[in-house]
Amino acid sequence: MSTEKFDAIVVGAGPAGAAAAITMAQAGLSVVLLERGEYPGAKNVMGGVMYGRMVADVVPEFWKLDAPLERVVVEERVWITTEEGVVSLGYRNPRQAYHPDGCPNAFTVLRARWDRWFAARAEEAGAILVPQTVAEDVIWQDDRIVGVRTGREEGDLYADVVVIADGVNSFLAQRARLRDHPVAPHHLALAVKEVIGLPPEIIESRFNLEPGQGVTIELYGAVTDGMSGYGFLYTNRDSLSVGVGVLVSHLMRTRRTPYELLERLKQHPAVRPLLTGGEVLEYAAHAIPEGGYEAMPRLFGNGVLIAGDAAMMVNGLHREGSNLAMAAGRLAGETVIEAKRRGDFSARTLALYEAKLRESFVLQDLVKYRHLPELADRRPDLFRIYPHLVHDAVHEMLTVDGLPKRAKQRRIWQEITRRRRPLQLLRDLYEIWRAVR
Amino acid sequence: MRLEEKLYLLRWKHDRQSHIAITDPATCRDRCGKTWGRPCTTFCPARVYEWDPAEGRIVVYYENCVECTTCLVGCPYRVIDWRLPRGGFGIQYRYG
Ligand SMILES: Cc1cc2nc3c(=O)[nH]c(=O)nc-3n(C[C@H](O)[C@H](O)[C@H](O)COP(=O)(O)OP(=O)(O)OC[C@H]3O[C@@H](n4cnc5c(N)ncnc54)[C@H](O)[C@@H]3O)c2cc1C
Ligand code: SF4
Ligand code: SF4
Repeated sequence: MSTEKFDAIVVGAGPAGAAAAITMAQAGLSVVLLERGEYPGAKNVMGGVMYGRMVADVVPEFWKLDAPLERVVVEERVWITTEEGVVSLGYRNPRQAYHPDGCPNAFTVLRARWDRWFAARAEEAGAILVPQTVAEDVIWQDDRIVGVRTGREEGDLYADVVVIADGVNSFLAQRARLRDHPVAPHHLALAVKEVIGLPPEIIESRFNLEPGQGVTIELYGAVTDGMSGYGFLYTNRDSLSVGVGVLVSHLMRTRRTPYELLERLKQHPAVRPLLTGGEVLEYAAHAIPEGGYEAMPRLFGNGVLIAGDAAMMVNGLHREGSNLAMAAGRLAGETVIEAKRRGDFSARTLALYEAKLRESFVLQDLVKYRHLPELADRRPDLFRIYPHLVHDAVHEMLTVDGLPKRAKQRRIWQEITRRRRPLQLLRDLYEIWRAVR
Repeated sequence: MRLEEKLYLLRWKHDRQSHIAITDPATCRDRCGKTWGRPCTTFCPARVYEWDPAEGRIVVYYENCVECTTCLVGCPYRVIDWRLPRGGFGIQYRYG
């Protein structure tokens, strides 16, 4: 590679890196986008819900282009599961699935396709995409980062700023001295997933959809078998994405295997009929950074910024990650543009990035839920106890056996307090409220 | 569906050299079994790690690795040296 110097090197062509590269390239900066996979997306897995607003912030009116959207989400369901039953909550409104400008709010994607398309938008804007290339280290000059060492021969690349967007368990975060300690097991979830092929018409009739419309289902409770986490089932055009993710600390403790957990979820009486006749097309696994605000690295340094999963920017409660990654990538890009205008790439100017993040939903949401990861690690029992209580209460109310409703209420309350003393109940509710308020 | 069949669906570009090494096999043998039950043999979604009781060591089937990075944090003694496969090598998802 040449010894020419770029304005910016972006490491990782996921949502964060591509958004950063698009933003900077559109402003005329010279940008290199490094990706270790054979193509962008080759290494990437997600459940599959992408958020339109954050895509449109970097690729305006993307929905009018040939973007590989699978289905626009018109209905979201939450299933609270016991071994056999489900209490279901849902929201459906096809008209409100779009923002007023026509941008879809949420849609499903398959990352191997989506990432390739999204990274191509960076190339279109003028960024140089270099796939099959691992950024192995950052290059220091005194106390500032001036480039990246790649695994290629003569592979040193130089730039004013390096944007680290290499995803969960970022190696470069440590090399750039933004993180002192490796990620802890209770700050990481492991998710396994399958893509199951089914004809579009069958998906549409099974899930009550028009062509192009999609459903998401999140499953809590028994499907994680006493560990903190949740399952998911999303509709794609001609396939379903079904998976489950739990904290690594709990997998270590219980010694359950992730693939058995997934098989169990697929066999749940409420899930199995939805998958019938489907053909497994792919099995995949990927980690999710769940440590939240308390586990974030420093976000900037001299000549360096970090965005997305590499910086723990995931809102686990709302299954949001791609949107935080894209928003942070864009803000990182805007910061570099401003730094170039000022001609200063030191931490003093790049601190602007953190200020921008604090003004946006990214850090505001992460701060809001800062206590949740600790609770999830400490109290996996909440994922077992409460789904059962809710399930049994609903069952009681719906069972028509001649007992008056007031008596049923009394029975439900007795049953709840038998299993959970009122004081415990209050303490649990307080803990949960404190973690999400 | 068994794990073997699931892995059979996947595509890799295999490197001849392993990107995974156990830095201190004695820890697996003498400490981890009693205290932790060798969790790498259970949490790894591609069953890359297998305990060989005859040899008294963990065997690493690095070709099966799907690069989820869990073993970077899941080994309680941090004796798994897991590195990114070289550029272009390793798992290649078609859906993801
Ligand atoms: C099973 C699962 C389900 C999920 N579901 C959702 C969901 O429904 N909605 C949602 O919003 N989020 C979801 N997430 C989270 C979401 O996937 C992530 O938050 C998001 O992908 C983060 O984007 P990123 O660009 O920061 O990282 P990534 O998408 O991981 O991208 C990092 C990129 O960097 C590359 N790379 C890594 N190291 C190097 C290196 N040294 N050199 C060169 N390239 C490198 C990788 O190959 C990769 O392409 C889910 C995650 C998982 C695992
Ligand atoms: S978890 Fe770590 S210490 Fe335990 S057996 Fe596996 S590699 Fe060895
Ligand atoms: S990265 Fe994941 S798949 Fe690969 S060896 Fe580690 S735990 Fe197993």
